[in-house]
Amino acid sequence: MSPSDASRETNNMLLNVGPSHPAMHGVIRLLTELEGETVIKVEAEIGYLHRAFEKSCENSSWTQAVPYTDRLNYVSPLINNFGYCAAVEKLLGIEITERGKYIRVILSEISRITDHLTCIAASAMELGAMTAFLYLMKAREYLYEIIEEVTGARLTTSYGRIGGVKGDFPEGLAKRLETELAKTEKEISEVDKLLTRNRIFVDRTRNVGVLTKENALHYSITGPMARAAGIYYDVRKAFPYFAYDRIDFEVPLGERGDNYDRYLVRMEEMRQSIRIIRQALKDIPEGPVNVYSESKTMKSFELADEAKLGRTEGLVNAISEVEPTLGGTERPFHDRIMPKDKRAVLPGKGDTYGNIEGLMNHFKLIMNGHGIRVPPGDTYFAVEGANGELGFYVASDGSDRPYRVRVRPPCFFAMAGLHTMLEGYMVADIVATFGSINMIAGELDR
Amino acid sequence: MVIELGEGPGFIATRLERAVAWARKYSLFIYPFVTACCGMEYMSTASGHYDMDRFGAGLPRFSPRQADVLLVVGTISHKIAPLLRRVYDQMCEPKWVVAFGACTCTGGFYDNYATVQGIDTILPVDIYIPGCPPRPEAVLDGLMKLQLKIENQKQEL
Repeated sequence: MSPSDASRETNNMLLNVGPSHPAMHGVIRLLTELEGETVIKVEAEIGYLHRAFEKSCENSSWTQAVPYTDRLNYVSPLINNFGYCAAVEKLLGIEITERGKYIRVILSEISRITDHLTCIAASAMELGAMTAFLYLMKAREYLYEIIEEVTGARLTTSYGRIGGVKGDFPEGLAKRLETELAKTEKEISEVDKLLTRNRIFVDRTRNVGVLTKENALHYSITGPMARAAGIYYDVRKAFPYFAYDRIDFEVPLGERGDNYDRYLVRMEEMRQSIRIIRQALKDIPEGPVNVYSESKTMKSFELADEAKLGRTEGLVNAISEVEPTLGGTERPFHDRIMPKDKRAVLPGKGDTYGNIEGLMNHFKLIMNGHGIRVPPGDTYFAVEGANGELGFYVASDGSDRPYRVRVRPPCFFAMAGLHTMLEGYMVADIVATFGSINMIAGELDR
Repeated sequence: MVIELGEGPGFIATRLERAVAWARKYSLFIYPFVTACCGMEYMSTASGHYDMDRFGAGLPRFSPRQADVLLVVGTISHKIAPLLRRVYDQMCEPKWVVAFGACTCTGGFYDNYATVQGIDTILPVDIYIPGCPPRPEAVLDGLMKLQLKIENQKQEL
């Protein structure tokens, strides 16, 4: 080998991207091996935002775990709240009220829009489209104001409750929400004009970071990423929860699974979410938001007859209506006996201050060492998070604390399959692809 | 700073230190060390609706060597803590550190094995902005307090 050959010998370069890198959303470290400017190998190192979610939940009561779920996917906290509460409700065997379901649907969809807005905004900014970022952040601000009005907080809402939601919508929300939605729609179509047929944006995203259908299945990637690859899977359609089975909406699908398809799928999902919110606002019934004051009501003799015949399925939740002819039932606070519903939701303040049963009920749920007692067992419940299937596996040993709360975060699987989307492309494409994945460190590392 | 209006063309009489303080106060280059949830509120604060640019702090610098203010946004776990310290050490004087959010101030409600209980255990902190996450108004208030602090401190020239 002549010296000139030796000088021409090349080595692959190892490049560390992250964990504190402007284009890394949150903290993750990518160990990349480069040949020239081509990425040939990528390894993702995660765990920089491990906050001991599971351990914290095990040390808190069932209700106290709700704030921890806010901070999983902090871009769409309401979906996490409702997902966790729905999982616990499934274990408790509670069916929430119709109005509660619609409120959950509306707020989940608002959260989904804020999530997609943030994702598109950040990824467009990294490709140089600062204007699109500012426009979308403006749109997100409109929705944050609505969320604040309903929940009292902009971001960490803790609005879900086991058995319902924290409180009803404020007066006249529907009208204001419609105004804000119209403004949001305008911003979205503005950004659509700026980006969708923008030559620079299309060149940077079209056929870049392709996730094939097979790889999406292999790595069990769900959500907009899988849908962009052409997989028809949406938890809202496949396993309808809350009120999604009564709402008409479409699931957008991509063809190529590249960054551009992911962008288009997210844009369309926002429009579909707005459509869902409008329908839900139209259909939302009046009534209580919590399971406490309304559940399946049965006449007491029917309840007894059913039980005698051994048909006890679902009876555990039933409210027995006491016959007015029986003695002692004419007291104003005891028009109905709700034997099991007192397990989860605080009684109304009228009951808490008005009678001893309400007071006891209140303290049994509030005091340390008492609280909600979930029957022993375990269950899994999934909702469609903004990034894919967000599942909660909750296990109970019958005490007032969760035995385990395991989360199936959608991002985790995307990070497992990340290398298939980056290898073979250029270094500069790492930024474009990573932005379109919408990695959220909070739910990735928990 | 004293402004004296004399005859003819006006002039400003001030001490060099005050002039430097005034300039430093309104040209803050922020390094956002964004790890978690607070980053969303940082984005809100930085973009159009709340507009940090009004305070001369609009342009984030992602290189520690070009930044004056290290804005630590979000939970610092024990795994990321050495990196945070390294970023701080790489920054040139004069530099200031802002703890953004409850987790960076005290560890917040993550009182567990994984989380650093306040970044002041590893860095000197100038301004604490509490809140989980702090509202954009609180962030702007913190920023103004930082400006006040910069204005009144001794300027190393």
